[in-house]
Amino acid sequence: MADLKLTEVAKSYGSVDVLKHINLDIARGELIVFVGPSGCGKSTLLRMIAGLEKITGGELQIDGRVVNNVPPAQRGIAMVFQSYALYPHMTVRDNMAFALKIAKKSKDEIEAAISKAARILQLEPYLDRLPKALSGGQRQRVAIGRSIVRDPKVYLFDEPLSNLDAALRVATRIEIAQLKEAMPDSTMIYVTHDQVEAMTLASRIVVLAGGGISQVGTPLDLYERPENEFVAQFIGSPAMNLLPGRITGTGRQTAIAMSNGGTALSDYPSTDADMGAEVKVGVRPEDFRAADEGGAHIFAGRVDITEALGEVTLLYFETGESTDTEKGDAAVIAKLGGTHSNLRGHEVRLTAEPGKVHVFRDGKSLLYRDGKLTAPEAIPAE
Amino acid sequence: MDNIAGHKSGLSWVTNISVVVLVVLWLIPTVGLFVSSFRERDQISVSGWWQAPFSVELTYRTRGDGEVRPVDGGYVMEGNIFDTGEVRSSFEGGASTVSAFGDRGVAPAEYPAGTVAEIGDGETLQVNADGTYIYTSVEEPGNRGPRVYFEAETPPQFTLDNYRNVLTADGMDRAFINTLTVTIPATVIPILIAAFAAYALAWMDFPGRGLLIALVVGLLVVPLQLALVPMLNLHQRLGIGQSFLGIWLAHTGFGLPLAVYLLRNYMVGLPRDIIESAKVDGATDFQLFVKIILPLSFPALAAFAIFQFLWTWNDLLVAKVFLPSDDASKVMTVKIADDLLGSRGGDWGILATAAFVSIAVPLVVFFTMQRFLVRGLLAGSVK
Repeated sequence: MADLKLTEVAKSYGSVDVLKHINLDIARGELIVFVGPSGCGKSTLLRMIAGLEKITGGELQIDGRVVNNVPPAQRGIAMVFQSYALYPHMTVRDNMAFALKIAKKSKDEIEAAISKAARILQLEPYLDRLPKALSGGQRQRVAIGRSIVRDPKVYLFDEPLSNLDAALRVATRIEIAQLKEAMPDSTMIYVTHDQVEAMTLASRIVVLAGGGISQVGTPLDLYERPENEFVAQFIGSPAMNLLPGRITGTGRQTAIAMSNGGTALSDYPSTDADMGAEVKVGVRPEDFRAADEGGAHIFAGRVDITEALGEVTLLYFETGESTDTEKGDAAVIAKLGGTHSNLRGHEVRLTAEPGKVHVFRDGKSLLYRDGKLTAPEAIPAE
Repeated sequence: MDNIAGHKSGLSWVTNISVVVLVVLWLIPTVGLFVSSFRERDQISVSGWWQAPFSVELTYRTRGDGEVRPVDGGYVMEGNIFDTGEVRSSFEGGASTVSAFGDRGVAPAEYPAGTVAEIGDGETLQVNADGTYIYTSVEEPGNRGPRVYFEAETPPQFTLDNYRNVLTADGMDRAFINTLTVTIPATVIPILIAAFAAYALAWMDFPGRGLLIALVVGLLVVPLQLALVPMLNLHQRLGIGQSFLGIWLAHTGFGLPLAVYLLRNYMVGLPRDIIESAKVDGATDFQLFVKIILPLSFPALAAFAIFQFLWTWNDLLVAKVFLPSDDASKVMTVKIADDLLGSRGGDWGILATAAFVSIAVPLVVFFTMQRFLVRGLLAGSVK
């Protein structure tokens, strides 16, 4: 039940900087999710908070105390490992009691803490079993139970669900959400590469990329107001379409002439300095809709493949000269409600509401100047 | 299509057959020693151990001791050769069959059974297959009967005498205890030291760790013979001299490189997450070692314990060098080599028995420790 403060935290192995300039405030009771592509350093950052990796620069505070050089056990943290890391030669009860015994807690205290945790996690029937006699989900619950009994200030989860099969993952995810609800004061940090876990669990998401923080915000912040192209494409599936264009009108709204002939209007504000700038227009596949006959369109192309998922249909467009060649997978995708299998091979014109059109100049969203929202009211939250 | 599921491939047959052949090859001498250890010396010298269940032809020497009665022109002695005093004890299990006999030690089977042999001075001797003998003499024989050699089928005989001999040989019990006095500390001390060292080399960060590991690997290839004399010199100078303490130190030193290497390699393979988890749980290095690493390292500890125990139990060289040579501190290997082999080198029964007595304890150790050599100790921990 504590707050964390990371100031200019950095990690380097020799001359290789893995993480740098990490600044983050985490308030008591938050569930923060670190997401990012493989190798972005999200697990490393978690392990630095845990004390398992040395912090090579900056300062980490837990509850106002600098803990850079404090051993893991004295940081008041508990960690749930991706691989569960149960002690295989101990029963579930002993696994949970291990930390308490080391802390020289009394027998009654230990017993009370274990039975409470077992009740929360429904592990009571398994207390005297060895880990090898448990299923994957039960093992993960034991691992969580082991951290609950310690009543830590901060819970750290390192991809706790990635070893579970799909169905169990959903169930356990919901259990973790319920657990968080049962302990509203506890601070949790959760590392995952799974967007759904991030979106559903987090009170705030930290997107890590290229050794730094790309954006911090609530799940919907990231979805609706991505600060840069990376976050825009990382959050949401299928990824946001990015189409090149040039600004032709500025002000409270921005008008863009698309390179492939269409025009776009965005609620993003722009200044006169932006006039004529080369930009990327971002539209999420689900925000596309068919343009009216004779009306303006943002994108027009021939449908290459359709994927009918029942409630929606995914349209993949032929990659013409209009697509961005820097990125490998740049096919334009639209997600339209209902069934549209008959569109295959047809020319389709697409447009989107101005409120759903994102504009990025040099990779950065026009909504943000110097890291701050320029016009918070510009894009209405849902 | 020969090796589709359900059919044994040719290779697996080769494997199975090779295993059987190897097992048989290794077992034959052991079984031979085992059988020989129960046989009598005479029988061993006549037939191989694989003939142990069958009768053997042995030569006996005896003297007729029946009653002499006078008859026309001389005297007659009749009786059964198997009942004569000198060999009676050999035939308690029942009569046997005589195949040949003689009256001179150089030709103990000169005459086939049943023939009447002229043995000079007007004496005749006839020994029948069933053992009955008739001895006639013209003159009155003295109070000693005629000397008779004969060859008879002897039933197989098994005996515990060899064991009695070995176990009650002068000082053998003492040697047994001495061996245990050497081996048990010489097994336990290196394990204690090596386990700590292995943990440090595997999981603690300190400068020079890699160098130390390389040093241990380097020491693996140093032959111990190289160290015998300098070590003994050192012991003498330190005042340890030739003593049990000295041999414990020597065995510990010679065993440590392998122990550290083996245990370190095992421990380094334990999942990192478990160790980190214990650290987060607040365990100190010592608690981590005692409560997590040690219980999970049982297979490696047991493997090394078996190694070291066998090696110190069977050791002759180190014992000869580092222990005093008086009778009170002889270990079994020295006792067998010096006393039994020296004085009774031809006595195969004794040798086989000695071998078996010295195998017995390592076998017990192996089968006790073997239950620690288990798979799946880490099951349920990660993944």
